[in-house]
Amino acid sequence: MTGERAILDIRDLHVWFRVYEGLSRVLDGVSLRVEEGERVGLVGETGCGKTIAMKTAMGILKSPPAQFPQGEVFLAGHDVLKMSPAEILRMKGRTVSMIFQDPLSSLNPVFTIGQQLFDVIRYGQRWASNGDRLTKARLARAAAEALTTVRLPDPERILRLYPLELSGGMRQRALIAMALANKPRLLIADEPGTALDVTIQAQILDLLRSLVKEAGIAVLLITHDLGVVREMAERVYIMYAGQVAEEGPAASLFDDPKHPYSQGLLASVPRLTGRLLPQGIPGTIPDYTEAPPGCRFHPRCAYAMERCSQQKPPLVNVSAQRLVACYLYGGGTNE
Amino acid sequence: MSEPILAVENLVKYFPIRSGLFRKVVGHVRAVDQVSFGVHEGEIFGLVGESGSGKSTVAKTIVQLYKPTAGTIRLKGKDLAGATKETMRWFRAQVQMVFQDPKSSLNPRRSIASILEDPLIIYRIGKSRREREQMIRGLLEQVEMPSRYMYKYPSALSGGQRQRIAIARALAVNPSFVALDEPTSALDVSVQAKLINLFLGLKDELDLSYLFITHNLSLLRTIAGRAAVMYVGRIYELGPTELLFRHPVHPYTRTLIAAAPVVTQEEEQVRPLEMSKGGEIPSPAHPPSGCAFHPRCSVAVSGCSEELPSPVEVEPGHWVWCHQAGTLASVEPVSKVATWAGGG
Repeated sequence: MTGERAILDIRDLHVWFRVYEGLSRVLDGVSLRVEEGERVGLVGETGCGKTIAMKTAMGILKSPPAQFPQGEVFLAGHDVLKMSPAEILRMKGRTVSMIFQDPLSSLNPVFTIGQQLFDVIRYGQRWASNGDRLTKARLARAAAEALTTVRLPDPERILRLYPLELSGGMRQRALIAMALANKPRLLIADEPGTALDVTIQAQILDLLRSLVKEAGIAVLLITHDLGVVREMAERVYIMYAGQVAEEGPAASLFDDPKHPYSQGLLASVPRLTGRLLPQGIPGTIPDYTEAPPGCRFHPRCAYAMERCSQQKPPLVNVSAQRLVACYLYGGGTNE
Repeated sequence: MSEPILAVENLVKYFPIRSGLFRKVVGHVRAVDQVSFGVHEGEIFGLVGESGSGKSTVAKTIVQLYKPTAGTIRLKGKDLAGATKETMRWFRAQVQMVFQDPKSSLNPRRSIASILEDPLIIYRIGKSRREREQMIRGLLEQVEMPSRYMYKYPSALSGGQRQRIAIARALAVNPSFVALDEPTSALDVSVQAKLINLFLGLKDELDLSYLFITHNLSLLRTIAGRAAVMYVGRIYELGPTELLFRHPVHPYTRTLIAAAPVVTQEEEQVRPLEMSKGGEIPSPAHPPSGCAFHPRCSVAVSGCSEELPSPVEVEPGHWVWCHQAGTLASVEPVSKVATWAGGG
């Protein structure tokens, strides 16, 4: 037990995979906290390990092939890496739930929205205070209520429809309804709405934000879309190649990034003001079987020093809430 | 202004909807309806809109992947309608396209060299095998790829590299106009940025003109000189990109800009207040009557559902298809930030 208010607390997590080429060291000491009711963004480009971090937190990463040589993952105070599959399963429906990027592939096409939503509600009730069994009528009422909270019009009709009969925005709403039906304490959202059009995405993000705020649900938002993070998250982690480069309040970090990787990432985003031509970052993400030692960004970094390749820089405070893992901001051994 | 290199006039593309035993045509999807615009030499013309707005269909019709239902397409003054076989052949080389998903636009079973050799063979560019190989090396160099990649297969390449190959293939036949259909939207931002810089460099180097299709408004503003906003098959606003962003007039344009995700505080000031009541994009098979945006529009009046708006030039070169263009243009769009502050 951590005894603190963190719903998710990942501490110095290392995740390795045994692959043909050798040992793929994907996560290299990732620490991440989500407090109760807090909205946190985890940002990084394809292959930076954000999905691995999330899968570990959910306890759905199979071992083998995954190895956890170091680190702990506390979900609502329990160490996920030490839990049995049955205990994890029990946790999933009620403590934590997930929504995925593509609403169509996370819904079963041969069952109606109602059937799938009933399943979710029944699953959550399995471990609830026993005694009151769910009648069909109560189930239907609970399901309709869940659809009303995500502002889907005419919920009784939608319960009878198949996923293909709904538009992309409606599907995403239905998925949110399922994710929130059992009142989880943590919602993990993997690229929500990125498959949707901007006006629909804006509606979905508005809805999600107001629902989690109302219910006090913590959110871990995993995305490569910096704009989405700024809209949704209070605090943000920037990940690069299995390491946390920087963390801090979203607005302050995006307006003034400190880590050279964050700076490069932000400089790559085209601006609505049209002022900056996107720059890009030279080089590509490393192969995890031969990941660079020390700070994994050093081969691409314009400011790289000798010690960057020798030892991984620790996260150091640059201001009250901002932490950066870069020797440019101190963190040397003699400090 | 000079004659545009590519002129599209009243372009219409309907797809028949067939149903029943005899595949009878029961209706039409009006993918593109009465679309007109011109792309000048050296210009990047943006087409922006949400999915189903018809922007990809416009591009595919221009490059002759679809036959237009009506309307004219002219390249360097030559009309395509009734063109000779020779002219069509010339046109097909002059006008190239790069698609959104490089994974599905490159044949996985063929090497990069053979993918790039095809257009050279078809257009009889390069007489011998050796000469063509030299050209392929040149093409790879143009898209900043090492020539050893010519023996690899698309599956060995990253998304950004695949898209570079797709560009090289388009450039193989020396086009003067390239339609780029969301060429970077499947890629990470740092990769996207590098590709955008490549596009800009190639444009100047090879005197190209681009039709740039995107749903990313920030990207549109950064690179396009002029742009058109499409919704359910029609253009609703067209003009210099700067003016579209500084004085967006059509309620749909404003809604679109308001919904754009931004990363900095400075950008938040740019976003106007949205003018939509919510709702989703209607199907082009059954577009709403009159202005297609009227069911979602927060300032729609009764006339909006009855009649198609006619174009109004609100400032030089800035056209708006809206019944209330006059009123909307005279009032500056309210910034989202300003109302938040004011409303507490």
